[in-house]
Amino acid sequence: MALVTKKSGVSRRERQAIFRGLLFVSPWLVGLLWFYVYPFFASLYYSFHNTTPFATGAFTGLENYRLLLSDPLFWKSLLNTFYYTGVAVVLGNLFALALALLLSQNLRGMTFYRTIFYLPSIVPFVAVSVVWIWILHPQYGIVNYALEWLGLPTLGWFSDPLWAMPGLIIVSLWGTGNMMIIYLAGLLDIPKELHEAATIDGATAWQRTLRITIPLLTPIILFNVVIGLIGGLQYFVQPYIITGGGPADATLVYALYLYQNAFSYFRMGYASAMAWVLFVIIMIVTLLVFRSSGRWVFYRH
Amino acid sequence: MALSDYRQSTTSPQAVGGQRKRTRRTVTTVVRHVVLVLLSLLFLTPFVWMVSTSLKTNEQVVEWPPRWIPNPLQPSNYSGVFETVPLLTYAKNTLIVTLFSVIGAVVSNALVAYGFARIQWRGREVLFIITLGTLMLPFQVTMIPLFIMFTKMGWVNTFFPLIVPSFLGNAFYIFLLRQVYLGISENYSEAARIEGASDLQILWYVIVPLARPALLSIALFQYLASWNDFLGPLLYLNDESKFTLALGLANMQSALGLSDFGQIMAAATMILIPVIGVFMFTQRYFLEGIAASGLKG
Repeated sequence: MALVTKKSGVSRRERQAIFRGLLFVSPWLVGLLWFYVYPFFASLYYSFHNTTPFATGAFTGLENYRLLLSDPLFWKSLLNTFYYTGVAVVLGNLFALALALLLSQNLRGMTFYRTIFYLPSIVPFVAVSVVWIWILHPQYGIVNYALEWLGLPTLGWFSDPLWAMPGLIIVSLWGTGNMMIIYLAGLLDIPKELHEAATIDGATAWQRTLRITIPLLTPIILFNVVIGLIGGLQYFVQPYIITGGGPADATLVYALYLYQNAFSYFRMGYASAMAWVLFVIIMIVTLLVFRSSGRWVFYRH
Repeated sequence: MALSDYRQSTTSPQAVGGQRKRTRRTVTTVVRHVVLVLLSLLFLTPFVWMVSTSLKTNEQVVEWPPRWIPNPLQPSNYSGVFETVPLLTYAKNTLIVTLFSVIGAVVSNALVAYGFARIQWRGREVLFIITLGTLMLPFQVTMIPLFIMFTKMGWVNTFFPLIVPSFLGNAFYIFLLRQVYLGISENYSEAARIEGASDLQILWYVIVPLARPALLSIALFQYLASWNDFLGPLLYLNDESKFTLALGLANMQSALGLSDFGQIMAAATMILIPVIGVFMFTQRYFLEGIAASGLKG
């Protein structure tokens, strides 16, 4: 009875609204269930089995996770990913911010420079990768030529375990245009009056940048850092093509090792366990950044 | 304060101060331009080096010190690419995947965002939060079950796994469009509704014309995403006759390896031309779309 009265509490109009709403979002509802919800739980399920591409396999409980903890390549790839993500996110944001600051002044030709800085970020990753293999070629690459010309020692780059990861980070810095555009939009959004008032009070350009621009930009810094971290932890295409994880596993990043487990060794249950560990890491990292944001992010409104 | 006091107390300081200030401003402007030009050269070097290498023979490629402008110019790498790999087939496949994905993304997200922004209904907010949650889910989690599922469905080595998902919405695009739809005054749709317009008619005649720049941004994002996608084709396409340009280039790189950089750079150049070409004509929408995604986040 209670159910019936409750149901009649929902007016015809409201029921109609729910129907109309669901009708419009129905493509996404199907997509959500098909491409996110089902695979989400299926991969958790597989992570408790020794799944191969051909069969779900026997239930193994937490065996995959236990094996992960004792797999030296798991730890190595995790460390490599943290190394890449940490350095690439910090340097990438600094670089993008510096470029945006340079561009935010009223300069002639600003749109021209903006186009040039943005251009690399629309280049397919595969093309980026093959071009940089050639640019950082240890023997005939143009970068080593420049180093030699400057009287500096040339580097082995992707053939040297020490320099392979810095090489990949340089490649990612070249494609920092996306972040730059977001910073630039944020900079142009800052009211001019604030700068004018500070100038009248005798603040130098440097002081204005540090005391006005950067604090007002912190919400955007937060956005770019979070997006950068989530992307960095899933970093895959460039190491897959450029180094294949080498030399000596120096660039074997997490997503690459996961891919190898799933599609080269057909250990899909094991790879699913890896995917879930990655998911938990991404959640924790994102949560920590948002937690810390209360202390350094400044909201105008 | 001290500065302005000084200005008022001395004779003709205005002129001197103004002059000095103007000179200093000119100097900073020049310095800034010099820095920007140098940075631009740095950003362009890889492109120039790529095109330069694409016009060299194998002997010229290993010349040391390297030459920026090959002498003589060797366009033969470009025709060579077509002999090494079926580049036109790759291009056709990429075009099919990209075209359908763009149509799918624009149509589905235009509809879905309407349901999230212009209709009030119970459960909407919960579903929206779940939608945003999918942005945090790494592809690695869903990748393996999707592969197994598509294998069972017989969709491996077809374009369906690359096209069908784009017809079923995307959290990022929904988010972007919802913001834009929310910014359109309710009065417009109310007026249309009083005239007897249905939701679909309101969407088509009122919302879509006003949201056209955002819809175009989405079309461009999807164009780039599909044209550049590597992991998707890597997972699902096995036959060379089904390869896309990105997968084909990666395959060419691993097949030719270090033996023929000229040809690989020629292939890379040809793949880049449509991307850069479209970008040049539409960059306003690209950049506005990206800016909006960051600012409203």
